[in-house]
Amino acid sequence: MIDVKGLKKQFDDHMVLDGIDLSVEKGDVICIVGPSGCGKSTFLRCLTHLEEPTGGEIYLDGELITDRQIDDIRARMGMVFQHFNLFPNMTVRKNITLAPVQRKMMTQKEADAEAERLLERIGLLEKADVYPAMLSGGQKQRIAIVRALAMKPDVLLFDEPTSALDPEMVGEVLQLMQDLAREGMTMVVVTHEMGFAREVANRVIFIDEGIIKEDEPPEEFFAHPKNQRLQDFLSKVL
Amino acid sequence: MSVSEKFYQAFLYNDRWLQYLRGVGTTLLVTVIALAIGIVIGTVVALIRTAHDQQKGQRHPLLSAVNVILQIYVTVIRGTPMMVQLLIMAMVIFASSRNFTLVGALTLGINSGAYVAEIVRGGLMAVDSGQMEAGRSLGLNYITTMRFVIIPQAIKAVLPALGNEFIILLKDTSLITFIGGKELLYAAQGIMNRTYEAMFPLLIVAGMYLILVMIFTWLLGKFERKLRQSDRR
Repeated sequence: MIDVKGLKKQFDDHMVLDGIDLSVEKGDVICIVGPSGCGKSTFLRCLTHLEEPTGGEIYLDGELITDRQIDDIRARMGMVFQHFNLFPNMTVRKNITLAPVQRKMMTQKEADAEAERLLERIGLLEKADVYPAMLSGGQKQRIAIVRALAMKPDVLLFDEPTSALDPEMVGEVLQLMQDLAREGMTMVVVTHEMGFAREVANRVIFIDEGIIKEDEPPEEFFAHPKNQRLQDFLSKVL
Repeated sequence: MSVSEKFYQAFLYNDRWLQYLRGVGTTLLVTVIALAIGIVIGTVVALIRTAHDQQKGQRHPLLSAVNVILQIYVTVIRGTPMMVQLLIMAMVIFASSRNFTLVGALTLGINSGAYVAEIVRGGLMAVDSGQMEAGRSLGLNYITTMRFVIIPQAIKAVLPALGNEFIILLKDTSLITFIGGKELLYAAQGIMNRTYEAMFPLLIVAGMYLILVMIFTWLLGKFERKLRQSDRR
């Protein structure tokens, strides 16, 4: 579904990504882990050109991603951010329906119905007409996920979705992500939640020094890490 | 002449209070025209300059050229005194025009535009960059994201500063008296020239400006509270 070939990203003279090759298949749930500053978030952001790649190519269903059709590509690749980035000037309902309506995928009426269905699913239907400032962090992040889902994306990208949450709210967000994974949603998740990676992912990737150092199913990844840096990393975080 | 006679001369004699009222009318009219010009110029300048600054990768040559021109405009307007600008407009550029009030309003508007541009630009830049990223990530283009997400948040952020600019503008209209604009201070001057008494005309005018500013401060406060609706917890 997504093919990344030789992806490079340089900030000034600092090489953050130094040639990443990765294929994401439909239904994959890929967790990306690594030390801070290793480039895992940058990699995710390069996929939808939130960061302009310095080199390499990214294909979505065989189509080369360029700046010209980037809006259409982004409509198919949902993004969930660490800091939720809900629109504070709109109600929850408007947050969810804005993009489907503006992109003419749905009428306002259809989008409202879809928003209500999605909110019902996460048990937040009664929050449809409140503003984001009145929600807890966990509620905000689940609504941000639902906002991405309303676009009916082919793949969801998560950039450390639980890192800004209070500990007691991490569970509800991970639960929703796990449910989505079970339903067959293709997901690429940058995370520090090793438990989630172990339980839910079918592939775990370790990025260090700007390249993929390990790409294994979770059992293998956690039980028998081959790379020395990964062994050090896991010994610190587990 | 007693104090009450002086006041009578300055305000009531010959229905002079009507002259002040007409002055207030002109002051408000000039303020509204200048404000409209200022907001239009300021918003357009701010949007173009922000779009220029937010470009990624290679820069658009036309946008860069326009940006340089707009930067010169802001620098020149903010770098020269308003009084000098008024005199240049009235005595050089529109030397043949007799409509001093309109020339004054135009000058104030062009002047205000430069300040409004910087206020609005600051407001646009102050919106968290994650908001633009979230909008774009949903497949919305730059303009749609600006319109529905960034600009509404920026308006709320710039309103106090814009209100301040509006009040400064209202008081600066008094300057157009010196190019012959018939506003509030001009009325006072006319009366002063006839009565040779400065105190009451000037105090009356000061009081009228003060009342106008207080009314608008109150209205702006109401408007701001309404806009803050979405922040309520």
